[in-house]
Amino acid sequence: MSSFLVQLLNGLAGASSLFLVAAGLSLIFGVTRIVNFAHGSLYMLGVYIAYSMSERLAGGVGFWFSLVFSAVAVGFIGALIEMVLLRRIYKAPELFQLLATFALVLVIKDGVLWIWGAEDLLGRRAPGLEGSVEILGRNFPTYDLFLIVIGPVVLALVWLLLTRTRWGTLVRAATQDREMLSALGVHQSWLITGVFALGAMLAGLGGALQLPREPANLGMDMLSIGDAFVVVVVGGMGSIPGAFVAALIIAEIKAICIWLGDVNFGPFSISFSKLTLVVEFLVMAVVLVVRPWGLFGRPQGTPRHSGAPEAPLRPAGKSLRWFAVALVAGMAVLPLLQGQFPYALVLSVDLLIAALFAASLHFIMGPGGMHSFGHAAYFGLGAYGAALLMKAAGLPMEASLILAPVVAGLGAVVFGWFSVRLSGVYLAMLTLAFGQIAWSIAFQWDDFTGGSNGMIGIWPSGWANNRTAYFYLTLVLVVVGLFALRRMLFSPFGYAMRAGRDSVLRADAIGIDVKRVQWLAFVIAGVFAGAAGALFVYSKGSISPEVLSVTKSVDGLVMVLLGGVQTLAGPIVGAVTFTWLQDTVARSTDYWRALLGGIILFLVLVFPQGLAGFIHDLVVKLKPNREAAR
Amino acid sequence: MKLKPAVLAIALTGVLGASASAWAADVIKIGEINSYKAQPVFLDAYKRGMTLALDEINGAGGVNGKKLEVITRDDNANPGDAVRLADELLSREGVDLIAGSFLSHVGLALADYAQQRKVFYLGTEPLTDKIVWENGNRYTYRMRTSTYMQTAMLAAEAAKLKKKKWALIYPNYEFGQSSVATFKKLLKQAQPDVEFVIEQAPPLGKVDAGSVVQAVADAKPDAIFNTLFGPDLAKFVREGNTRGLFKSVQVVSMLTGEPEYLDPLRAETPDGWIVSGYPQDSLETPEHKAFRAAYVAKFNDYPRLGAVVGYSAIKSLAAGIKKAGGTDTEKLIAAFKGLKVDTPFGEIVYRPQDNQSTMGAYIGKLKNTGDKGIMVDYHYVDGATVQPSDEEVKKMRGDK
Repeated sequence: MSSFLVQLLNGLAGASSLFLVAAGLSLIFGVTRIVNFAHGSLYMLGVYIAYSMSERLAGGVGFWFSLVFSAVAVGFIGALIEMVLLRRIYKAPELFQLLATFALVLVIKDGVLWIWGAEDLLGRRAPGLEGSVEILGRNFPTYDLFLIVIGPVVLALVWLLLTRTRWGTLVRAATQDREMLSALGVHQSWLITGVFALGAMLAGLGGALQLPREPANLGMDMLSIGDAFVVVVVGGMGSIPGAFVAALIIAEIKAICIWLGDVNFGPFSISFSKLTLVVEFLVMAVVLVVRPWGLFGRPQGTPRHSGAPEAPLRPAGKSLRWFAVALVAGMAVLPLLQGQFPYALVLSVDLLIAALFAASLHFIMGPGGMHSFGHAAYFGLGAYGAALLMKAAGLPMEASLILAPVVAGLGAVVFGWFSVRLSGVYLAMLTLAFGQIAWSIAFQWDDFTGGSNGMIGIWPSGWANNRTAYFYLTLVLVVVGLFALRRMLFSPFGYAMRAGRDSVLRADAIGIDVKRVQWLAFVIAGVFAGAAGALFVYSKGSISPEVLSVTKSVDGLVMVLLGGVQTLAGPIVGAVTFTWLQDTVARSTDYWRALLGGIILFLVLVFPQGLAGFIHDLVVKLKPNREAAR
Repeated sequence: MKLKPAVLAIALTGVLGASASAWAADVIKIGEINSYKAQPVFLDAYKRGMTLALDEINGAGGVNGKKLEVITRDDNANPGDAVRLADELLSREGVDLIAGSFLSHVGLALADYAQQRKVFYLGTEPLTDKIVWENGNRYTYRMRTSTYMQTAMLAAEAAKLKKKKWALIYPNYEFGQSSVATFKKLLKQAQPDVEFVIEQAPPLGKVDAGSVVQAVADAKPDAIFNTLFGPDLAKFVREGNTRGLFKSVQVVSMLTGEPEYLDPLRAETPDGWIVSGYPQDSLETPEHKAFRAAYVAKFNDYPRLGAVVGYSAIKSLAAGIKKAGGTDTEKLIAAFKGLKVDTPFGEIVYRPQDNQSTMGAYIGKLKNTGDKGIMVDYHYVDGATVQPSDEEVKKMRGDK
């Protein structure tokens, strides 16, 4: 029993750590509605800055000063990011800021590598709290006791700031309605800069406080950001006490899992220790299914401050159609040029697959209005489906290419059913949770999916097993897929889906079953993502859990946003640009991540409507002039 | 909307335009694919090791009168990217063979690609046993001391301790799982009364060290076998020290003596752990002294294990190409069978039965010198001595 109690105490220390990372994100999320991917990077910066300072400053005072200094410094960096970058793109379509923060992650990661080097940096122990105290016959680190106290203290301070000061009142007002606040004469931009700086400072503090517990390392950004999002969403966006409760629940469940270890239920043995791989996402899925706005959250109003309303989609004009035909024809002759450009075919296959994947995501994200953060789940289900149909069921490539999208579609039937009950960021996070659960199953199930190593030896049938044939196969399937997706958007179903996105109430009033339409859209998107996944696996010959990972989902989001979420060609342009950029940039410099991030930041600032969106707007703007000239 | 496809066209032109393969008859091109950005500590040193070997080889006139050239690519820790880059290296750069990979799943994907495209592949660092056994193929050779080999070395030391109750801690993915499975099997063989009282498998990079240390301590083991490394190791060590876990418990730990993972521990280094690793500061064999001196002279930094691996990989390829008299795939495959190569760890041999090199590792104890950790009382274990029987190997490999 005493071992259990001490584990609960461990959980409390973990909860404080988790809360400190998440609190800042929740604040930023709640007020600005920005999905700040760079929050984990700010956390990582906090650890590194604290490390450097504490190595230079001697003594106990120096150490504690370093932690505070680090938090303040990261706060400044946050303010800078908001003023220089984010402020310029608040008018962009929803979620576009996500693209900017994604680029920041890349830049900060390489920046940290450049400044601090690759080696892990283990900081000193906290002066005065180096040792341990005896609790129930066990040595418990004094520093963990300190953390257990500091979490609630920070919670109380932030809560007081938000509820007992004028600034806090304004921030809460901004959370509810920024336009109204602005109309009342409150200078908004400083308020938002302040919130962002405070959120960043909390991230920096959270990081700095980890210094005595874990080494500063380059993986911290991605590892912490997932946890932080989960805590924020489970707690309810924008609710700081909610974040604390969520952190507590998740940390304690983890501690209990570790305490349980391997448990036998009759003939079955469950390793709860291994369950810690995914337990936070299981918690998030359960909470969101039961409480669609998190534990302490409230239903969100529609944000009024986002970009201009989207223009209705129009079928392609004659010249665009001809262009598309010419493009496909141009690609069809590519194999003839293999002698001069041998790599073109190889890369084109990847570009085509990326285009289909991004288009399927765009299908639910743009016209469907449902942001999926776990779209890799369907890509991965298709890929694993194809691999397993071939390896385990012994089907030939042709059959598994047809059946794999069905597997992905079935996955979407299940995940979609739950997801469409939610909306906004909560929907996005539930899809993320499902994606992670699918990933962890593939990662753990060694006998069936090959576990972390995945499966190899999944090559196309003889006739398609050369570059040219496989390229044609991909070209045909992707072009058909893209055309089918586009065609569906102009069918009655597509109109119903867009109606549901633009106004649930009005769509409902004219007899559209919005949830059912959305569910169907989910399944269709899943099927096409699955087709992309199946094509992917045969082009590589192997598969591993990466295809199901968050990174893959984020890549999809980046492609769609980069191209422009409000145009139909956006995902294609974005997918091609991003994949090609990554391929080219990675070859040109050692610091390719920073360069890629820099290019994306540039594109974000210059083309806030996305690349295709920008061109679209340009064409629309020019048209009347041309007509007038006639 | 009209111009959108134009962007696509421009992008494609870029792809096409960027390609220009230069064929030079007097150069042998090696395509090297690795996770440079995902594993920078190991692979920065690895790249330097390759550079050093290349300078030595080309300075001495190259191989068969031709210069060696290495073209590196970053796979972004992703097997799909690795396969595309292999395609690129072969089709556009016209490389003669491929090498590289740090991560096991990337290594396996490249090995399978090599078999499919009938090209020679030297897996330099991936540790997975499968790459030479269950999923082995005739096109794939592997240089680095495998998970099985390192585990077998440590299991032999563990058996000498005569401890009865063992705790097992490992990162939850194939490397950790297979190391622990092998450890359990070999220790049980050597010491049938052994008991495994607890297993903890935290996710890679995310160990809740406090809880894990507590759970292990509560299971009251006599000894611990650990395969955590990197940030997980540092967290585990610090918590274990604070909570007094290591005071009465002997720890046997894999990879911990490698400078990449030992150096960050600094003053926290636990005394007396039995580890596998690379004692670069005190290893005074003639081969290693020469290597270390050349490395320090060139880079003004001490070598990490990555440097030894990168250096030995290029030396292996040079020796293989020389023996084969060229880069013909079939001739290379034949030449690598039983190929002998001089490395900083002494001579290694590529085993004909499973394409695995006999590169070994150093087994010793950790010692905390006050501000850093070093390896002491170490000895080299030749990789040839820690293999399963040839029959077992044959059974696992099938008739590949």
